[in-house]
Amino acid sequence: MKEMKTIYIDNAATTAMSDEAINAMTPYFKGVYGNPSSLHTVGQIAKEELDKFRQEIALLIGAEAREIYFTSGGSEADNQAIRSAAILGSLKGKKHIVSSQFEHHAVLHTLKKLEKEGFEVTYLKVSKEGLITAEEVLAAIRPDTALVTVMFANNEIGTILPIKEIGAVCREKKVIFHTDAVQAVGHVHVNVKEQNIDMLSVSAHKFHGPKGVGFLYCKRGIALKNLIEGGAQERGKRAGTENLAAIAGMAAALKHACEHIDENAAKEIKLRDKLIEGLLKIPHSKLNGDKTLRLPNNVNMCFEGIEGESLLLLLDAKGICASSGSACTSGSLDPSHVLLALGLPHEVAHGSLRLSLSEWNTEEEIDYVIKEVPKVVEYLRNISPVWEALEKGEKPHLI
Amino acid sequence: MALYSEKVMDHFTNPRNLGKIENADGIGEVGNAKCGDIMKIYLKIENDIIVDVKFNTFGCGSAIASSSMATELIKGKPLSEALTLTNKAVAEALDGLPAHKLHCSVLAEEAIRMAIKDYYDKNGIAYDKSKFPDPHGDEHDHPADDED
Repeated sequence: MKEMKTIYIDNAATTAMSDEAINAMTPYFKGVYGNPSSLHTVGQIAKEELDKFRQEIALLIGAEAREIYFTSGGSEADNQAIRSAAILGSLKGKKHIVSSQFEHHAVLHTLKKLEKEGFEVTYLKVSKEGLITAEEVLAAIRPDTALVTVMFANNEIGTILPIKEIGAVCREKKVIFHTDAVQAVGHVHVNVKEQNIDMLSVSAHKFHGPKGVGFLYCKRGIALKNLIEGGAQERGKRAGTENLAAIAGMAAALKHACEHIDENAAKEIKLRDKLIEGLLKIPHSKLNGDKTLRLPNNVNMCFEGIEGESLLLLLDAKGICASSGSACTSGSLDPSHVLLALGLPHEVAHGSLRLSLSEWNTEEEIDYVIKEVPKVVEYLRNISPVWEALEKGEKPHLI
Repeated sequence: MALYSEKVMDHFTNPRNLGKIENADGIGEVGNAKCGDIMKIYLKIENDIIVDVKFNTFGCGSAIASSSMATELIKGKPLSEALTLTNKAVAEALDGLPAHKLHCSVLAEEAIRMAIKDYYDKNGIAYDKSKFPDPHGDEHDHPADDED
């Protein structure tokens, strides 16, 4: 068997764990295994550790320890934040929510459920570059708006939204502001106080932490509502014995990510821009999302005349692990709602490729990707009747 | 990759009968780019026998594999036999397709049917029109979206 190197550039899907995170977890499987709710010494030692991690994490995002609620991950945090704000709003007769068209499904599907329960949601349009302005948010806020939920950075196209400005507008209008920061935390500077954020969702496995753990920051004074009823863990807002090992791993991963945030970003941006430049040499290709207001690790391209799933499978055969927003990869009939929100036609959106870097990717790997992607695109175009029609001028090129 | 059978991956990565036929006797194109898959089948026909067949496909792995397998199944066969090819037979020959990919095998069946119809039309051969429903249109046979 020919040994093939795997080039993993799908870090927006998940990351490998760092040694720091793994090492931080091991003491909590057997040594410090107590239940933090137990009154005895073994339990209380675990409780002290839990408090320590909560404090560490809070400091890293500019929050207070008691504003951090551990969850099973980003999706749970999104669900709980939005549901809580909706319930709080409805108690005051406020049943309107402002969000955007290109949120993560953890947000969008929660909002769809709320619509069925009588809430009205304004989904702000995003610009061609994948951005939303604070002015647009302001214009959408009504007297009965209970919540604004807009993501910090988009998971597919990597655009970074003006969170501080959107937060300021929400403060001015006294509307709760939640942001899904799953792709941002550990990658760009996040400070809930400076950025006027009331609620923020985080997932550990996006910054080399373990899967199945995350947290919700909820500003003091906003009463969270439970999704999970039971014991009094997490100040009574999230029942279930805390996964201390995972929380330890998350704290260590976040600390490591925040301590190296500028150096990692600089490294990734260099690789990112090299990738973008290299792949844009492919004729009829396009970068999705603003060129500079984007995550250091995100590249998202469309190649006309081909379909994303076959592109992914052929890249996988060359050892390149990537992602696509094509319908076939999303398991639905439509291509990615994010790409459609940018105004891309369906047929263009089907040919998308997302490459998301980590600081562990090397220049050599990027050179290989820049060499191989054009070959696969060319092969798929050669067997594509769509490409044939475009080249013969039977249909106009769209990009 | 667990999504597809080995056979699908084989036909996807090493497709049979890939290409075009100049001056083909029949050409069938089905699907639509908006939905993410288009298949184009070229037939060379002599004495009612498919002596050569080629395809071009825009689509996912299972669309390319379905085209490849379908062309294999009809190559060298009489038109009457090619017309009995079902999407089920294509999917089975590939050791199965995931449920949400079955429409790819439907496209393969339809593309062959359209190519044969094109041959009949070009040569003024009479045929039972009810056996050649027009697959063109916005809706092709996708499974229903089970959004709750």
